Amino acid sequence: MKNKRTLLPALALATIVLAAGCGKKAPAPPPPPPAPVASNPAPEPSERITQRAVISQFTIEPATIERGQTAVLRWTVANSTDIAINNGIGTVPGSGTRNIIPAETTTYTITANSPLGNATATATVTVTGPPPPPTRTPAPRSTGTLESRVLSDLRDAYFDYDSNNIREDARAALLGDLDALKRILTDFPNAAIAIEGHCDERGSAEYNLGLGDRRSTSARDFLVQQGIPADKLKTISYGKERPVCTEASEECWQKNRRAHFAAGQ
Amino acid sequence: MTRRISLFFTILAALSGAALLFAQDITTFITQMGGKPALAVVDFRGSGSQPYMAAFNATLFSDLQGSGLFDMRAKSLYPLDNPQRPEDLRPTDNNQGFALSDWAGAPVNASHLVFGYTAAANGVLALYGNVYDTRQTNPQAAQLLAQRYAGTLDDAGAIRVAHQFASDIIQKFGGAGSLLGSRIYFTSNRSGAEEIWAMDWDGNNQTQLTSLKSISIMPCISPDGSRLAFTTYAKGTPSIMVIDTQTKRVVPFYNQQASMNATPSFTPDGKQLYYASTAAGGSAQIYAVTATGQDFRRISHRDAIEVEPKINPKNPNMMLLVSGPGHQQIYQMNTDGAGVERVTNGEGEASNPAWHPDGQHLAFSWTSGIAKGDFNVFVMDIGSRQYIQLTHNEGRNENPNWGPDGRHLVFASTRAGKSQIYTMLADGSQVKQLTMQGTNRFPVWGIK
Repeated sequence: MKNKRTLLPALALATIVLAAGCGKKAPAPPPPPPAPVASNPAPEPSERITQRAVISQFTIEPATIERGQTAVLRWTVANSTDIAINNGIGTVPGSGTRNIIPAETTTYTITANSPLGNATATATVTVTGPPPPPTRTPAPRSTGTLESRVLSDLRDAYFDYDSNNIREDARAALLGDLDALKRILTDFPNAAIAIEGHCDERGSAEYNLGLGDRRSTSARDFLVQQGIPADKLKTISYGKERPVCTEASEECWQKNRRAHFAAGQ
Repeated sequence: MTRRISLFFTILAALSGAALLFAQDITTFITQMGGKPALAVVDFRGSGSQPYMAAFNATLFSDLQGSGLFDMRAKSLYPLDNPQRPEDLRPTDNNQGFALSDWAGAPVNASHLVFGYTAAANGVLALYGNVYDTRQTNPQAAQLLAQRYAGTLDDAGAIRVAHQFASDIIQKFGGAGSLLGSRIYFTSNRSGAEEIWAMDWDGNNQTQLTSLKSISIMPCISPDGSRLAFTTYAKGTPSIMVIDTQTKRVVPFYNQQASMNATPSFTPDGKQLYYASTAAGGSAQIYAVTATGQDFRRISHRDAIEVEPKINPKNPNMMLLVSGPGHQQIYQMNTDGAGVERVTNGEGEASNPAWHPDGQHLAFSWTSGIAKGDFNVFVMDIGSRQYIQLTHNEGRNENPNWGPDGRHLVFASTRAGKSQIYTMLADGSQVKQLTMQGTNRFPVWGIK
């Protein structure tokens, strides 16, 4: 019984690490959760809680900061092993501190649970300074910046030598990009997506500017036919000026013959 | 092989033909003699300026040799002494060196003797330079050139007067136009981003012209050397920018709304620019505008990518360009868009057409006959379509461009690893590497 309980979280952790390691473009894995408290939903009988939870300290220093500055959240809780703070901080140990950089005036609530009675406390940090200008990341519904979303969610379309025809695999890639593109454009209503046309090193630099333009335009036209608004898609040819691969082999050349997505201005 | 060699001589003869237009009486004579003039160039000595004579003599010899006009006779064959002034000449001298006949006969076998000296006078380096025909017995008839030059009293001054003297000798022998003062413009990433750079034609004085911190490529120089147009990503999509080569300032140029405006080139009168644009949607097509980007007009309406328009220097109604259908080839086209004809034979990929000043020949790069991607420099006679290959099995060789003398070519090559700028004579000889730092591409040669 005891063995099984320790084995399961370990297995789960291993699975998370493995899964994160497989995805090519996955963002860096989040730090592992603090093991002792979080993975312990039921208190150990040995802890013998005999009183209701008490929050003896919950403060923010300083109470007023300018936007971008750091404040320190400090708490001390007795008689509870199930303590959480809202606003994205989550489960915490019985006492501790945490640096916070809230973008606006925020009230933090700490909740301490105990079988004999729960306790809550709040603390507010006032954030001064002008409101931020409207950015391209107004509270995205999905996580990630525009740049990271474009990079992770949209697949390149690849081309044959000296050709801008949409091949079957390119067609499949672009069709697969449709939903992600729509989600990104919904989450970032002011954003435009740039479709970059790239070429392998074999032709002349000058001709490849023209060829890269044809490739980005072909991909753009295909997506517009599938219902993506044309004014959300910009094209830019890099010719052979920005290769992802510089070896003289067909494998490498194929990597460079592509339409690639990037966050536009 | 025989065909290639005879072709080579055909083109070389044509090139000399161009030179003949500028020729003086001496050239006719040389042509009648059926060979290059054989030059003996003595080591000049200096009176009060001797410390600078090593630089002077090296420069003079190298310029004359580099012109490709002369058979340079080896100094080891020379007599022990030589005249320094015309009055030193004697009718005969038993091979001691003071008679012209000492130089005309074996073992020197020179047709012309270059001699003189320098002297420090009032803080200035004065050069007295002479060229005499060794086969004339009358000193008056033998004198081709007797000229005085002045420079600063240091190595730089000695090099400068050597360049000037060599340039005058080259012109005297029918060299069309001089390289003296000419500059080569190119792109380099040595400062971090790919910027436009300039250097003297011999590789000296390499200076950065732009600081756009973007990708700036494919420059072209106006015929008078005053303005440079190029393709840049400084504003996002590829567009054209024009700068003044002296002040480095941006000259106003209006870019049409398009996903790309690229590969500009000046017309021979310098009043217009031809370039490739996607302003009408579809493939890049050739457009023409004024030098400030006004009054643009579309030249061609073809279903193929078109780049690199180059107007013929002798016929403003004819241009070359690089286009399909199929893999890129060189085409010719009238400036009204009609008369489209493929120039290269359809094999491989061809690019970078560059007109010779005579309007009859073009240099270009081509992958024909070799694995795709290995470009080599070729010269073609536009009338007969006959061509010769100037580079062989040494990396990629691209963007050939003629020097103002019509005898030298500048080009970019990866023969030493990264792309670097080289010059060579139009017969493929005397290859000189001019750049070392970073990756250097897209050379063009301006008269200044």
